[in-house]
Amino acid sequence: MLVASAGNVLVWAVWLVAGFACIGSGIAVVSFSSPFYSALALIGNLGSLAVLYLLLSAEFVAAAQVLVYAGAVMVMFLFVIAYIGPHSESPWMGGPSWQAVGAVLAAAAIFVEIVVVVGLKASGKLAHSEHVGAGFGSPAQIGRLFLTDHLLAFEITSIVLLVAAIGGVILGAHSRRDAPDEVASL
Amino acid sequence: MIALLGPEVTWYLGVAAFLFATGSLGVLLRRNPLIVLLSLEIMLNGGNLALIAFARNLGDGSGQIFALAVMAVAAAEVVVGLGLIVALNRKRVTLDVDRLNTLRG
Repeated sequence: MLVASAGNVLVWAVWLVAGFACIGSGIAVVSFSSPFYSALALIGNLGSLAVLYLLLSAEFVAAAQVLVYAGAVMVMFLFVIAYIGPHSESPWMGGPSWQAVGAVLAAAAIFVEIVVVVGLKASGKLAHSEHVGAGFGSPAQIGRLFLTDHLLAFEITSIVLLVAAIGGVILGAHSRRDAPDEVASL
Repeated sequence: MIALLGPEVTWYLGVAAFLFATGSLGVLLRRNPLIVLLSLEIMLNGGNLALIAFARNLGDGSGQIFALAVMAVAAAEVVVGLGLIVALNRKRVTLDVDRLNTLRG
């Protein structure tokens, strides 16, 4: 019993650190004026989210989050930011202030809506969480689910990625073809 | 069998809702399309956290499969979005979402 409560306190401590890091870095992404710092803050956000996934016993998703998101996707982001060059803009000075006020009100409304809907629909079921087996969230279980119950989603995901790759190639080819005209017109 | 230690799933859902709202604030407020894309990632990750929290609450692994599918869609979206931004930059268009109104009807 003592061991269980010590583990509980430890999980609470880790949750508090990861949760506040998650919220703080999320606010930082939105409020930094330079996209470079925003991207770095998003890497911190993804890392703390991976910790939360581990606490929810989703090991494979946490590993995929770090590898795919914090690794591949964010490196691509940083590469494009470095390619374009830093365009700093302040989040609050850009436009008429009613636009900023409207955006803050809309985001607050979305937050309240989510909390109210989840509270109304699911509050009774959230108090008690099911006990799960030791293999829950392991690569073996994820792979079994992907190749049996969710095979269609797996295949459609591959098609989505293929279409995105073709789209990326076409966008790049267009801008290469347009480049000489642009130089001539300049 | 493993019980859920630490906070209840409700707390995770609160963080997920806050992340989604923060991301939507960034999408609505910011004008740099790169930061709009980054804010979009925050929204998707808020959704992912909610999916995984519900998967843990119900003891059903399908939510994690959904989260992985969302991750793949997010990667595809980043490829196309960054491709558009690079193409705009090569055409010397100002990177400001309020000025990208060529397709306005």
